Amino acid sequence: MSDIAIELRGIDKSFGLVHANKNINLTVRKGTIHGIIGENGAGKSTLMSILYGFYQADRGDIVIDGNTVTIKDPNAAIANGIGMVHQHFMLVENFTVLENVMLGAEDSQILNTSISKARVELKRLEKEYALEVNPDALIEELPVGLQQRVEILKALYRKADILILDEPTGVLTPPEADHLFRILGQLKDQGKTIIFITHKLREIMAITDEVSVMRRGEMVATRKTRETSVEELAELMVGRRVLLRVEKGAANPGDVKLAVENLTVRDGRGVTMVDNVSFNLRAGEIVGIAGVAGNGQSELLEAISGIRKAVSGKVLLNGQPIDVTAHVDPRELRDRGLAHVPEDRHHVGLVLKFEEAENGILGYHHDKRYLNGVFLNTKAIQADAEEKIKKYDIRPPNARLKTANFSGGNQQKIVLAREMERGPDVLIIGQPTRGVDVGAIEFIHKRIIEMRDQGKAVLLVSVELDEIRALSDRIIVMFAGRVVGERDPDATEGELGLLMAGVEGRKEAAE
Amino acid sequence: MSNPYAKLPAWAEYGLIPLVNLIVAFLVAGLVVLLVGENPLSAAYHMINGAFGRGEYIGFTLYYATTFIFTGLSVAVAFHAGLFNIGSEGQAYIGGIGVALACLWLDRTMPWFVVFPLAIIGSAAFGALWAFLPGWLQAKRGSHVVITTIMFNFIASSLMVYLLTRVLKPLGQMAPQTRTFEAGGQLPKLDWLMSIFGLNLGNSPFNVSFLLALLAAFCVWVLIWRTKLGYEMRTMGHSPSAARYAGIGEARITVIVMMISGGLAGMMALNPIMGEQYRMQLDFVQGAGFVGIAVALMGRSHPAGIIPAAVLFGMLYQGGAEIAFEMPAISRDMIVIIQGLVILFAGALENMFRPAIGRVFASIGRRSVAAAQTRGA
Amino acid sequence: MDFFHTIIAILESTIRVSVPLIFAALAGLFTERAGVFDIGLEGKMLGAAFAAGAVAAVTGSVMMGLLAAILISVLLSLVHGYASITQRGSQIVSGVAINFIVAGSTVILGEAWFRQGGRTPALSGDARFQTVTFPFADAVRDVPILGPVYSDLLSGHFILTYVAFLLVPFSWWVLYRTRFGLRLRAVGENPGAVDTAGISVIWLRYRAVICCGILCGFAGAYLSLAMSAGFVKGMTAGKGYIALAALIFAKWRPLNIMLACLLFGFLDALAIRLQGNPLPLIGQVPVQLMQALPYILTVILLAGFIGKAIPPKAGGIPYVKER
Repeated sequence: MSDIAIELRGIDKSFGLVHANKNINLTVRKGTIHGIIGENGAGKSTLMSILYGFYQADRGDIVIDGNTVTIKDPNAAIANGIGMVHQHFMLVENFTVLENVMLGAEDSQILNTSISKARVELKRLEKEYALEVNPDALIEELPVGLQQRVEILKALYRKADILILDEPTGVLTPPEADHLFRILGQLKDQGKTIIFITHKLREIMAITDEVSVMRRGEMVATRKTRETSVEELAELMVGRRVLLRVEKGAANPGDVKLAVENLTVRDGRGVTMVDNVSFNLRAGEIVGIAGVAGNGQSELLEAISGIRKAVSGKVLLNGQPIDVTAHVDPRELRDRGLAHVPEDRHHVGLVLKFEEAENGILGYHHDKRYLNGVFLNTKAIQADAEEKIKKYDIRPPNARLKTANFSGGNQQKIVLAREMERGPDVLIIGQPTRGVDVGAIEFIHKRIIEMRDQGKAVLLVSVELDEIRALSDRIIVMFAGRVVGERDPDATEGELGLLMAGVEGRKEAAE
Repeated sequence: MSNPYAKLPAWAEYGLIPLVNLIVAFLVAGLVVLLVGENPLSAAYHMINGAFGRGEYIGFTLYYATTFIFTGLSVAVAFHAGLFNIGSEGQAYIGGIGVALACLWLDRTMPWFVVFPLAIIGSAAFGALWAFLPGWLQAKRGSHVVITTIMFNFIASSLMVYLLTRVLKPLGQMAPQTRTFEAGGQLPKLDWLMSIFGLNLGNSPFNVSFLLALLAAFCVWVLIWRTKLGYEMRTMGHSPSAARYAGIGEARITVIVMMISGGLAGMMALNPIMGEQYRMQLDFVQGAGFVGIAVALMGRSHPAGIIPAAVLFGMLYQGGAEIAFEMPAISRDMIVIIQGLVILFAGALENMFRPAIGRVFASIGRRSVAAAQTRGA
Repeated sequence: MDFFHTIIAILESTIRVSVPLIFAALAGLFTERAGVFDIGLEGKMLGAAFAAGAVAAVTGSVMMGLLAAILISVLLSLVHGYASITQRGSQIVSGVAINFIVAGSTVILGEAWFRQGGRTPALSGDARFQTVTFPFADAVRDVPILGPVYSDLLSGHFILTYVAFLLVPFSWWVLYRTRFGLRLRAVGENPGAVDTAGISVIWLRYRAVICCGILCGFAGAYLSLAMSAGFVKGMTAGKGYIALAALIFAKWRPLNIMLACLLFGFLDALAIRLQGNPLPLIGQVPVQLMQALPYILTVILLAGFIGKAIPPKAGGIPYVKER
């Protein structure tokens, strides 16, 4: 018996042109909690999906207990003692806890016998791992924390020795997360091996024994948690990238253009994503919101731009209130001088099946410039598109081409051109350079600075810390839905990283 | 998320794939012909001859096509907004009330060109009304439009039986139908149009509602691609999340689109009622609403595709009658099979041949690249 | 007493017309609970009725007829499954297509093979289902109240009628008390949960679709081998859609399905009975209103005015593994 539970050797996986995992090597010791940390899109989830048999690796070996195994589907993973707690729970909501636990692991064709056996086994597991949950409760009636417990019980019921948890705290409140950590500690004590995937440094430091860092599809380092620090991990995670250099002069902040006061937003499941957030945005400045993805930035943007209803709070645009707790027509906000470059350009900012010119008027299609009465003024739309194509150097320069056929950078330029050329008072931009080629990044950054220099108020959300630091005049850091600090752009990466990880923030927020 | 299918040139996407799907549908239909002991090739010959062999036949073919243009447009308009209106059948049926009322009111006093516009408005209004409720229920109450429109087809059918047996039937008449309209309720035939091509219309009921159908097709094209409303519809159909971002009200669009769709279906009633039978009869729609589904799928929801698809189905209906005459083993129900096969292969199985066609294109691409490289070396 | 006999007669015909609805609605229950919507119940039932009529006429065996019905209906189900599960096409479009293909083929093939205007030859003797008479049915007929109930209402139906009513608790048992049923219901709610539990979503859905085919086979066979003595073209006459309405009206639950089918069947029987006869207190009720009532009730239910019909969550959506 070796003390190695699982070993990955040279795992490689591509989806089309996206190289999601590059020659990954990983060794996880038995009876430990092994953290895997990395930014969104670093390839963590893909790696775990390979381990659970959702995808096949293009190359590489998986070794469990010294034997090389092929995991061609989840069944094979289960047979090899691997259990997984998914980020989005794989539970049948109108089934009971018991039914969910035994689904797929029933031991006879007739349920009655399976149910009684499962009940006994569940009782035993509950006792052994202190995982109380009412077996006859319906999932939809359970709070999120308990639903997650059912997911863990499902894995244990299938006799999993290796438990993978994919971003398990994303949906949990802090007390629920603490409880989860206690459970994981107990599981470890019982000899289970746990692979814990997260992008939150605090969690890694709190419960793991070892930690591996992924960056852009590569496994860049593995450390003993005791021997590393948050600073080192933050640096490994983000990488020492070539510092972005953007020429910009000093800001000349003017009047407050956008004021957000005590804004609270919940998502579809009722989880509070934006928690009592307040800030101001002035003319002629860029305010960057830094934070690891999933800490409420997306919901903040959606609430301000009228896509998502807020629970409470006030937003003032040019001094005039927007009733964010009721249904707001995004059209009205546009008329009042707010432009929005959404984070998800594929599904929100653009209609990929439209011609380029058609996307040039999305949201502004009420504008008289583009209309002759109820008809579209195709000449004007076309001319407008061609002008923007020239000005923003969109390639290929063909306004009739389907938008899906443009590269990521050019698609983003289509959105930016549409939103910037209106001369809005306030421009909110989510992830301006996600999936954008290097050449276009520089252009986009220049345009954002130009907007500021024209006296526009710019609110920038990005998970790229470099980008935030290079562009912003002020930096607001969000963590767990709250504003945990404000810094000048010359704050060090380490300092911001700690805020983003929620390490320093709690103290400061309490002050 | 990348497109799971290989990218094909536009002509393959909009020409080759529908054509392959259509050919397969007809091959399977040919098998059925074989199964009943007839020769598919001579069936095809009789079909084409029966549809186009004489001016009269062409007149019938285009008469049927007129009906299918309306219902095809009806289904297509809803498709553009991401809605599946299976209720064109019922909407067309109810639309007949509008036509009948206009005719019964004015046919004795007014010429056709006065009655016709009123009948158009009436048919569209009644059809739209019948589609309004399913649209409203989807928009406000979340009831799925597919199921409610099926239900409304049956409700329409019962309602019309009631109206035709109790309300609209003249006293002392047995058949459940309105009285026969007089001159003002009869649309002129298009013999002048046919004579331009040196054809004789004969007894066929090819009438001016054909021109209205062409006009409707043009209007639908304008609506979808040249108006603000059409732009909003397409945005919603392609991406509901982008529509929300752009401030396009989903509920409003759903109701409006269903009413337009119902209105187009309703206008179909003009053709048989004012153009052929000169009275409203029981079951005058005869499944044309469902043919509209096949026509819209085959025509890829574009008027330029819908018109030829409607003519094709007109050919099937007219030529099918001719086959039935020449080959006793094959009745007009053959068309219903073909209609189903077209819906299956051009609709539910539209992607079945795409991977194979994509591979062919990919291998051609590779070979030409390889050839270029050899030349280069 | 006359009134009583009328009631018995109406209830007796209610049972008779409810049977195909029950078979078909239970068929829909299996596939829709697994997340595959099916508006092709009508077509499958019609195809089965034709196959049953044709094969029974040729072989003279009612059992061969029933087997043929099931075979054809399952084949049609597999076409629907291939289009909507394997090819991930639109389930609605596929269902519509099957309805048309069958509506046309049954007439064409029937005419080609039997030349009786789309009918199959009239069946008699062993080629048709016989009614079952309960013991002592004749003897107790004259006992007041209970006599007619036993002899006319409960006794004297086709064997398939009893099968249909027994299938209601059986379907409930399968769905709620067997492993297969648990998994089937799970795949209609959250296929991801089934997939991650190591069960094939595709194969599970195919099995559900096959169950649907078998039950539609029974529905069709009942029409042409029991209710009528042979196949008549278009003999389902919208029963598949009524069954679909009953399925929705019953909120996808077996026992409710039986009640909904009996209700819709009762409306049908009443409509026939009331033709031309005024109803006490209400007066003349148009028979068409009675015929439309199942659909009207279903629309009102769908609009959320009587409870809420919540379809299986994953219904209508082809399963694609997510990243």
